[in-house]
Amino acid sequence: MTATDRIYLRQTPAEALPAPAMRAGVLGWLRANLFSSPANIALTVICAVLIVWLVPPLLRFFVFDAVWSGDDRQACLALPQHPDVGACWAFIRVWSSYFVYGFYPAAERWRVDLFFLALAFGIGWVAWLGAPRRDLGAIYLFVVLPVVSYFLLGGLPLVGLVSVPTTQWGGILVTIVVATVGIAASLPLGILLALGRRSAMPAVKFFSVIFIEFVRGVPLITVLFMASVMLPLFVPDRFAPDKLVRALIGVALFASAYMAEVARGGLVSIPRGQYEAAQALGLPYWRMMGLVILPQALQVTLPNIVNTFIGLFKDTTLVFIVGIFDFLRTIEAARGDPHWITPVTSVTGYAFAALFYFVCCCGMSRYTRNVEARLARAHRR
Amino acid sequence: MLDIVQPAPLSRRQWGNLALQAALVVVVVGLAYAAYVNAAENLAKAHIASGFRFWNNTAGFDISQTLINYSPSTSTFGQAFWVGLLNTLLVASLGIVLATVLGFAIGIARLSRNWLVAHLAGGYVELIRNIPLLLQILFWYNAVLKALPDLRSSLSLPGGTLLNNRGLFLPRPQFGERFGFVLAAFVAGVIATIVLYIWAHRRQDLTGEPPRTLSYALALIVALPLVVFFLAGAPLRFSFPEMGRFNVLGGIEILPEFAALLLALAIYTAAFIAEVVRAGVLAVPHGQTEAAQALGLRSGSTLRLVVIPQAMRVIVPPLTSQYLNLIKNSSLAVAIGYPDLVQVFAGSVLNITGQAVEVIAMTMAVYLFISLVTSLLMNLYGRAVRVVER
Repeated sequence: MTATDRIYLRQTPAEALPAPAMRAGVLGWLRANLFSSPANIALTVICAVLIVWLVPPLLRFFVFDAVWSGDDRQACLALPQHPDVGACWAFIRVWSSYFVYGFYPAAERWRVDLFFLALAFGIGWVAWLGAPRRDLGAIYLFVVLPVVSYFLLGGLPLVGLVSVPTTQWGGILVTIVVATVGIAASLPLGILLALGRRSAMPAVKFFSVIFIEFVRGVPLITVLFMASVMLPLFVPDRFAPDKLVRALIGVALFASAYMAEVARGGLVSIPRGQYEAAQALGLPYWRMMGLVILPQALQVTLPNIVNTFIGLFKDTTLVFIVGIFDFLRTIEAARGDPHWITPVTSVTGYAFAALFYFVCCCGMSRYTRNVEARLARAHRR
Repeated sequence: MLDIVQPAPLSRRQWGNLALQAALVVVVVGLAYAAYVNAAENLAKAHIASGFRFWNNTAGFDISQTLINYSPSTSTFGQAFWVGLLNTLLVASLGIVLATVLGFAIGIARLSRNWLVAHLAGGYVELIRNIPLLLQILFWYNAVLKALPDLRSSLSLPGGTLLNNRGLFLPRPQFGERFGFVLAAFVAGVIATIVLYIWAHRRQDLTGEPPRTLSYALALIVALPLVVFFLAGAPLRFSFPEMGRFNVLGGIEILPEFAALLLALAIYTAAFIAEVVRAGVLAVPHGQTEAAQALGLRSGSTLRLVVIPQAMRVIVPPLTSQYLNLIKNSSLAVAIGYPDLVQVFAGSVLNITGQAVEVIAMTMAVYLFISLVTSLLMNLYGRAVRVVER
């Protein structure tokens, strides 16, 4: 036998393969994403059943069968003339001003509206990355606005603003006040604590670590209890702060511990060379931090900062438990109103509250994603 | 002649640092002292005792769910503390189990190649993460569980279970005398399985034969106790809940407060765990999967032996912090009146004794202790799974 005998040469053409499965178009997409294997088909069917089972009843309840107008509970009761009643949006409509302002005097509510506008302007200025003079925006948001709002909402009889005690504040106003004070206080405090934790001075480091680890180890409720029950004991009688201020202190301290860890994450991510370069230029500590390190660190960690804000915004609901009329508490109070008690009132109230928090939090997380995408672009070069 | 090395004189900056630290210490100590003096004065004015003498006083209030013996007329504040702590641990541990199962399922579903599954899971995460937990707890409690039919029209579920707006009533198992044999068989089965597992892995290391322990493990853990159970004459009866005139009699009662809190905690935390799991799996480079496939591993073995062990290294630290969050969030029980540590101790006991400082400090100390122990364990775990580089 010669070597050539062992060489295999195909004499006939190979049979044509079957045409490839459709890859393009709607059918191709469906095949690839929904029906690629028996297990996948089963999953798809289960999900489809789930959607059919859930979505139409929800739509019917919240939209088609919903009651949009009415003056009292009769409108939202299942009566012979309308046996299927869905969500009682009429109830939300009647109580809406209470949900926004609480017991804030009706004649003074323009002040609350003005505060909302001023706040929205400030947030827009700082959050829009292409806005001019964002440093001025930050000063406006973190220094000017808090001082002005304090007098605007609380009252300044000198210029004719009647004073409104915080016991009359309520609803979305209180939720926004707690959230913005928490954010405005926690950012600088958190940065200071983060710097303290990385400081070379043992006493500064010690107190920072103790504070951060202590606050992060306990639930917010206990911090709020501490602020509302213990704080009045720790100060002389005549300085005892009012209930809202106590809760604000609790929220601000709590949030700053979490913010400190986020800021520390940003500081850690800055390469040593940046510190050394700043020192080589002869910058003293605070100018090194302020001009070189912090601007970079905060930029890197901006998504995490906004995530902390989202958590803080959700956590504002806890002031409810220490007896403050935030948005959720006004919902709780209104749904017990005997004029509106029906089997659907509670669900409607909670759905409305959920919608409010969902829109706010989702807005913030969308913003984070945009910033992240922008940062990723900047780093790609 | 010996040179005596003099320490270099402190520079201006070092003096400044020292002065700053001294000032900080003075301010903190001063504030603490002022707080102490004011508290003593205010407490004396309000005739509130201090110290922990209240610990052994009779509590005098009732608690709706007690895992240990407790009666309002004879039990002490100290026992109330333990009741509350156990209730917290009960809801937190069950919540952790449920949230982990649900969270892993949803996290993996988000990575599914099936478009519908991935987007449903994504929608769940988006929706649940952006609604405050307190709102969810109130929703489950007031809008779902309290809206169930009342006692008279209780729903009868299969297995002799009753459901109404006072809670869920399950059959109560009553163990016969010989049930101890079944327990013993179960424990023996578990121990034998562990031994078998270790032996099979040793053998794999020596001979390369893959361990096949699953069927033996099932036989030892499930079949053996079952056989002993029937040999012992099936020593297990159930007492079924029955409708009384004013209440349900017999059976195990699951409070609606407990169920609402557990549901809300599990559903809320699961959304966060799902994100942790997703990030962990995505963190394993795709080359690892490809390498495993090149070695001829099937997709199941690839997941079990290659992807999951590496993903766990990334998943476990944030997973632990989610568990801690769940434990801390269980304190929201106070909003719906589930008798957890905060509701019983920082609520009822605080209101009765008025000793805010001691009570709040103890409550915080408990949570702090749990957090610190967990982070200690985490550090140990981190050291154990660290990639050892040559």
